[in-house]
Amino acid sequence: MTSGKKNKGAEKMNKSGVTADNNKAVLSIRLPKRYEEEISELPPEEQEKLRKRYFEMLYDIGEAIGMVAAHSISEPATQTTLRAYHAEGRVQLVTTKGLPRLIEIFDARKVPSTPSMTIYLDEEHNNKEAARKIAAEIRETNLEQIMKEDSLNLMEMKVEIVLDENKLAEINMTAEDVVRVLKKNLRNVDVKVEDKNKISLESKKGEVNLRDLQAIRIKARTIHIKGIKGITQVIVEKDGDDWIIRTLGTNLKKVLIMDGIDPRRTKSNHIFEVMKVLGVEAARNLIVEETLKTLREQGVDTDERHVMLIADIMTFSGVVKPIGRYGIAGEKASVLAKANFEETIKHLTNAAAKGEVDDLKSIFANVIVGNLPPIGTGMFRLGLKEDGE
Amino acid sequence: MVVDIKKEIILNHELVPKHEILSEEETQELLEKLGISKKQLPRIYASDPVAKILGAKPGDVIKITRKSPTAGESIYYRVVVKG
Repeated sequence: MTSGKKNKGAEKMNKSGVTADNNKAVLSIRLPKRYEEEISELPPEEQEKLRKRYFEMLYDIGEAIGMVAAHSISEPATQTTLRAYHAEGRVQLVTTKGLPRLIEIFDARKVPSTPSMTIYLDEEHNNKEAARKIAAEIRETNLEQIMKEDSLNLMEMKVEIVLDENKLAEINMTAEDVVRVLKKNLRNVDVKVEDKNKISLESKKGEVNLRDLQAIRIKARTIHIKGIKGITQVIVEKDGDDWIIRTLGTNLKKVLIMDGIDPRRTKSNHIFEVMKVLGVEAARNLIVEETLKTLREQGVDTDERHVMLIADIMTFSGVVKPIGRYGIAGEKASVLAKANFEETIKHLTNAAAKGEVDDLKSIFANVIVGNLPPIGTGMFRLGLKEDGE
Repeated sequence: MVVDIKKEIILNHELVPKHEILSEEETQELLEKLGISKKQLPRIYASDPVAKILGAKPGDVIKITRKSPTAGESIYYRVVVKG
């Protein structure tokens, strides 16, 4: 079932023998452009054979493709590990994988549990040195991370901070630069360089008590000195011919306008962020990409078509909606279909109170009442010509 | 700080397929061919970054040419809605 292609139809046709009419239909079918190009070298009979085979592999009209997609994904998903994947001793980011990640994607969580970006670099910066440099620029650094210690000088009533030389060199800044940033962010505080790597913070308000001083100290620690907000960890890796930067935390908007990166390929795994920055079609493509990546990592070989169908349904309304009670399933038109899914009593009482009508067009509704559901041969009705013979 | 991303960055991004606004005649032709009304098409908000760049107004139909791993290229339509 995971192949997405169906052989039953083909068998049926071979057994019954292809009639002249059927043959015509087969001959008139053209493959998608890409495949037409691929087979253009072959002899005409071979081409015809392949076209016929393609035609036979297509879904029949009225096939319940949604249901096939649903179980083609969920059956193998139950087989994947629940455990997050760890590799001790390796420098790598631990991102959510396997079933938890799948649930996250299909539930359309507003924020993924491990947001991460993959940043590609432009040709000029595609080397280890430049990648390291850009990675250092991107990583969010606050004062606490670059200082050795901070203390209160009670004699002069000021906060003294000793910066770590090595860490300053790492982010390519001097004590003066730090002071400049602090001045911008701390109001009513006088920031000065005392010694080589020592800075002092003094309140501009005349009388200061201990509590004010402590407040300044705590505020100063959290001040954002350098980098892009939200990105807590960066790792430089080689992927094929490219040097890439993987991050923990995302900020696509700011990274895309940075110098030295390749904005065409730089991506985030945060579906809602991508939707906001690049639009709903990009979000749809990301859902497909992330789902397939997650499944492939677990060794599941589900056909792409099922995932594409689900991504299309999730983005149908123009925004990403979850599959489930609060999304697709909860917004169905049919009362019986909704009641069939979850919270049966709630849906039935609501429908009764509002006097809703179910016109029995959905599959579930028809199964419940014992009708032939409108799939496959059930889709067709016999009509009678009034003036016919 | 308000960050403005250049149009080109969004339109050239790997994840963003080609979007085009259909003309009035093309829209009519499409709806007739599919035998549906505009309401039944998938939607895209007018505030969507790409729709905004194209200057699409509610009621316009956008033709999206996607790269598909199975069909090479596939064509999708979305109708612009308010929001």
